[in-house]
Amino acid sequence: MLNTETMRPRGPIVIDIENITKHYVMGEETVHALRGVTLQIHRNEYLAIMGPSGSGKSTLMNMLGCLDTPSSGRYEFNGKDVSAMDDDELAAIRNREIGFVFQTFNLLPRATSLRNVELPLIYAGIDPVTRQERAAQTLRDVGLGERLLHKPNELSGGQRQRVAIARALVNNPSIILADEPTGNLDSKTGEEIMALLENLYQAGNTIILVTHEADIAHHARRTVHLRDGLIESDALSEATEIQTLAFT
Amino acid sequence: MRFREIITMAVISLGANKLRSALTMTGITIGVFSVISVMTAIGALQTSIESGISFLGSNIFQFAKYPANVNAGGRAQKKYENRHNISYRQALKYYELMEGNAREICLKSFDFKGQAVYNGMKTTPSLTVAGSNKSFLVANSYTLAYGRNINDEDVAFSRSVIVVGKAVEKRLFPHESPIGRTIKLNGHNFTIIGGMAEKGTAFGQSQDDICVIPITRFFENFGESNRTVNIATQSFSQELYNTTLDKGMGAMRIARGLRAEQENDFELYSNDSLKSAFESIAGVVRIGAFVISLIALVAAGIGIMNIMLVSVTERTKEIGIRKSIGARSRDILRQFLTEAVFISEAGGVLGIIFGVIGGDLLALWLKANLIFPFGWALAGLIVCSAIGIGFGFYPAYRAARLDPIDALRFE
Repeated sequence: MLNTETMRPRGPIVIDIENITKHYVMGEETVHALRGVTLQIHRNEYLAIMGPSGSGKSTLMNMLGCLDTPSSGRYEFNGKDVSAMDDDELAAIRNREIGFVFQTFNLLPRATSLRNVELPLIYAGIDPVTRQERAAQTLRDVGLGERLLHKPNELSGGQRQRVAIARALVNNPSIILADEPTGNLDSKTGEEIMALLENLYQAGNTIILVTHEADIAHHARRTVHLRDGLIESDALSEATEIQTLAFT
Repeated sequence: MRFREIITMAVISLGANKLRSALTMTGITIGVFSVISVMTAIGALQTSIESGISFLGSNIFQFAKYPANVNAGGRAQKKYENRHNISYRQALKYYELMEGNAREICLKSFDFKGQAVYNGMKTTPSLTVAGSNKSFLVANSYTLAYGRNINDEDVAFSRSVIVVGKAVEKRLFPHESPIGRTIKLNGHNFTIIGGMAEKGTAFGQSQDDICVIPITRFFENFGESNRTVNIATQSFSQELYNTTLDKGMGAMRIARGLRAEQENDFELYSNDSLKSAFESIAGVVRIGAFVISLIALVAAGIGIMNIMLVSVTERTKEIGIRKSIGARSRDILRQFLTEAVFISEAGGVLGIIFGVIGGDLLALWLKANLIFPFGWALAGLIVCSAIGIGFGFYPAYRAARLDPIDALRFE
């Protein structure tokens, strides 16, 4: 009973983190958010990062998303050393390699769906005609072909999250980083969004899911548990694990 | 990022807060308006003066007790008041010395409180009465419309004859010809021998409320003490102007009885000196307008800075979103700076439009030619850009410096 999952060859390494730490100085106190995390993520993986609040989950996500740089340790993204990059280079990585999906959608409220999805392409310097075509196509891909000129307040929560996903996808990023993507949605809409992410994964995208909900994490093929700034466990999801073992 | 993109973004953001943007813009508009309207009005007057409205006829210079810019004030004013009047006798001496060296020599003395009466009808009580000779019309750019001019005999025999301006004719003789009629001027009878063509207004004052009588009659009827004579001299040609001026200066010094080491105790003015007198007044007004509008613009700039700081705080989340999807610090900087410059420039353009309209309306009222002050308009736009950049930079820099994680977390 082999499913297609285990048949996939493992792709090249996209994210290669070795022993990274992050600490913040807050007043007199130093907070050690990450105490030495080592993690490798391959192309076309579907990974969930779990952990209670205060586990360093958000810090790790910011780090993976190149919004922040580690205090120590090595972080390579597609073979490039991120820890040594300046702000502009980080911005370029975020623009081209990473697609963010946030719990609160984070769309620009006064811009249409199309305009929101175009935004990463604007910063990438793509010409207006190509940009609009690509943005419109991506919106159609996530099922919002009819909502191109609607503003966020004219859309339902699920539709807004679809716009956000389209925005994350539009630049063909190496990873999609979804932070509690269903946190502000009812469970039915949440399932629809998870189904959309599953489709994206099946289509070859690499997805990193940050969540504290086991139900949501269950959609991923691999789950990393964080606790107190360290990786507590890193395992393939049950079904996958069996298949993988059987295959090796 | 493309320029058009940045402009589009700025317009969208500013459009979201229309009232606020408009109010901020108004400050700049007022500042630019004040400088542009004044510069337009002055420029219009200046071109008018240069292109025709001459105070004097062509190739004419004039000697007088007071300088053209009579409002010099202060100690200088005292100096002029203490001078002896230029007497008719001195004027005649000058005339004698200069006769044959000039085309026209006009001696004139004025009274500005004349009133002419005819058949129960009256002119304004501030009619200009000029006592002069045959050269008055030419020397003051008037032309004779009908009848005859004052001649040498009229002066020699101090005849009670009068040449009237258009306004006098209109008031006293709406339905008949004034020639040969006798009018009463401040209680004295005068027979009208001629009328002047209409000259219109200059600087809001009618130049047609005037009449000319022989200077000898003027002194007999209105007194000679406390009156000074102005002497206008017209050279034979443009080429001879400077030579004539030199001769005139010498003749005037002799007439005034000055010794070689004594300074002139009279003023020379010509169209050039009148122009430069105007220039010096205009210069002061310009500096005043410039300083005032600069202060207004700085105040408006602080307004822009204030509103941009508010805007950056309000839009922290937006900045976080933009940064998370790949906006570089300089993209954010440029975006906010563009908004500041856009407000400033839009305000500036409105200020220029209103200023030019306002200034030209003033010029129109003063019967001057209309102009568009390109130089000042351009300077206005440049100053507006500088203000937008100067006062917009700090808020934009703050926006650009925001940490993306903190900004995203901002609610």
